[in-house]
Amino acid sequence: MRYSAFSLLRQGLAGHAGWQQAWRSPPLQPRYDAVVVGGGGHGLAAAYYLARVHGVRRVAVLERGWLGGGNTGRNTTIVRSNYFFPESVALYDFALRQYEQLSEELNFNIMLSQRGMLCLGHSEHDMEMMARAVNAMQINGIDTELLDAAQVRAELPLANFTADARYPIHGGFVQRRGGIARHDAVAWGYARAADALGVDIVQNCEVLDFIITGGRIAGVRTSRGDVAAGAVGLSPSGHSGVLAAKAGFRLPITSYALQAMVSEPVKPVLHMVAMSWATGMYVSQSDKGELVFGAGLDLYPSYAQRGNLPTTQAIVAAMLEIFPAFRRLKMLRQWAGIVDVPWDYSPILGPSPVANLYLNCGWGTGGFKATPAGGYFLAHAMATGRHHPISAPFDLGRFSTGALIDEAAGAGIAH
Amino acid sequence: MLLIECPWCGARDEPEFTYGGEPAVRPGPATEVGDAEWTGYLYLRGNEKGAHRELWCHSAGCGQWFVMERDTVTHATIAVVRR
Ligand SMILES: Cc1cc2nc3c(=O)[nH]c(=O)nc-3n(C[C@H](O)[C@H](O)[C@H](O)COP(=O)(O)OP(=O)(O)OC[C@H]3O[C@@H](n4cnc5c(N)ncnc54)[C@H](O)[C@@H]3O)c2cc1C
Ligand SMILES: [Zn+2]
Repeated sequence: MRYSAFSLLRQGLAGHAGWQQAWRSPPLQPRYDAVVVGGGGHGLAAAYYLARVHGVRRVAVLERGWLGGGNTGRNTTIVRSNYFFPESVALYDFALRQYEQLSEELNFNIMLSQRGMLCLGHSEHDMEMMARAVNAMQINGIDTELLDAAQVRAELPLANFTADARYPIHGGFVQRRGGIARHDAVAWGYARAADALGVDIVQNCEVLDFIITGGRIAGVRTSRGDVAAGAVGLSPSGHSGVLAAKAGFRLPITSYALQAMVSEPVKPVLHMVAMSWATGMYVSQSDKGELVFGAGLDLYPSYAQRGNLPTTQAIVAAMLEIFPAFRRLKMLRQWAGIVDVPWDYSPILGPSPVANLYLNCGWGTGGFKATPAGGYFLAHAMATGRHHPISAPFDLGRFSTGALIDEAAGAGIAH
Repeated sequence: MLLIECPWCGARDEPEFTYGGEPAVRPGPATEVGDAEWTGYLYLRGNEKGAHRELWCHSAGCGQWFVMERDTVTHATIAVVRR
C-alpha cells in the first residue's frame, strides 16, 4: 500500500480500519545469502540496499530485541555533515544527501527538518578554532558560515548574553542544511521498504555465536536456531565488541553510556539545533514541543542502558547556564543508549579479520545522521567483498597503519 | 552514582575518581615489536560485557592509581587491587 495524502483521506473516511501491516514477521529460514546482525536503522538500511542496489535475493535482518529499540530509538536525531576531514565529509554528506530524498524514495515521511545547526563559541579561542573549522568545511564543499555574536543573538534570542554569563557567547557557526529527522521513521521506513523487496526481518532473535569453517564465517547460531549465511554483516552498535569476541578478534572500541533527556512540551521557543562546544551540551525543540538535550558520555565503560546522575547533572547545569529561561521547565524523561566509541571517533567499516564477516560499527555517539551511509556501504562490502571508495579510509586497518581520522580533535565531535 | 572503594581512602563518590582505561603491558624491546603487537597494545580492547578490569585514579583524593574489576552491566565492584 502506498502512503499518500489520498490514502490518508480514504482511510480516514473508512475509520482507519484498512491500514495494512507495514512489514511481515516471517519465520527464520535455515539459510540466507546475506545475514545482517542488528535491526537498528543501519542494519535495516543495509538489508534494503542489499536487495535494491545489489539484487541479493535471500536477505535477513536478525534483531535480538525489537526493531529500532537500540540507539536508533534513543538518539537525539541531529543530522549534519559539518565534519573536519575530507574523508568524513564524503561519508556524512553522502548520508545527508540520501536523507534529503529519503521520504520520497521509501514512501515514508522521515520528517527531515533542515532547520540549521548552530555551534556556540564561548571565547576568542573558540572563535579561532571555529574559523579554522569553517574554512576546512567550506573547502570540502559544506555549507557552513561563521557568525558574530549579534548574528547568533538574532537566531537564539533566549541564549544568555548577559555580561556575567558563565559561558559568554562570542559568536558561532551554522550549517543550514543540518537539523533533525524522526528516528523511528527512519527505521520503520527502511524496514517497510526492505520487507517489500522480500527481506526477512526477524525480531526477538539474538545472534549468540558464529559458525566458522576453515577460517570463514559460514553462518550464525541464534536463540532461534542455526542459520547458514553467504555473507554476514555486523551492525550491533554498543555490542560490537561482544560479537567481535565471539568471532575471535578484538576491536579498537570501548562501549559507554550516552544519555539524553526531554523537558515537558512547550510552544515554539527554539527554531534551530543549538550546540555549545565547550560544554558539549546541545538542545533542539521537537515537533511535539519538548526540548531534547544531552551532552557528553558517561565517563567509564558501561552496558547498562541508563546513565549516571553526575553526568545528568552536568548536562542540565550547562543547559541552564546557556538558556536560563529553561530553568522553570519540568523534566519529562531521561534515558541512555550504549554507544561503541573508537579512539578517533570515526566508524569502522568494511572487511573484518575473519573472512566473510563485514563490519559496520564504531558509529559511537553520532551515527544516526549516517544511517543511510552505514547501510549503503555495509551492503556494498557484503555484496562485493570489497570497500566502496568512500568507506575505504574507515577500514579497521587504519589502527595498524596509523592513518586515523581523528574527528575527536578535528570537528570537536558531538552528536 | 558509583560508590568506589579506594584501597587507601575507603568508599568515596564517583566524581572524585578518573577512569583510566583497561590495564595493558607495554611490549618490548621496541625494535622487536611488530605492527600487530603494537596495534593490540595501543588500540585493541576487550570491552567486556560483565566482569571488566579497569585502571582508576583517585584523582580528587589521594591521587593513587589502582585496578578495579567491575561489572559493566550492573556496575557492581567485583574486586579492588592496590598496584
Ligand atoms: C542518547 C543518544 C543520543 C544520540 N544522539 C545522536 C544524534 O543526535 N545524532 C546522531 O547522528 N547520532 C546520535 N546518537 C548515535 C546514534 O544513535 C547511533 O550511532 C545510531 O543510532 C546507531 O545505529 P545502529 O543501527 O548502528 O545501532 P542500533 O540502533 O543500536 O541497532 C543495533 C541493534 O543491534 C541489536 N543487537 C545487538 N547485539 C545483537 C545480537 N547479538 N544479535 C542480534 N541483534 C543484536 C540491538 O538490539 C540493536 O537493536 C546518539 C546516541 C545516543 C545513545
Ligand atoms: Zn584514595
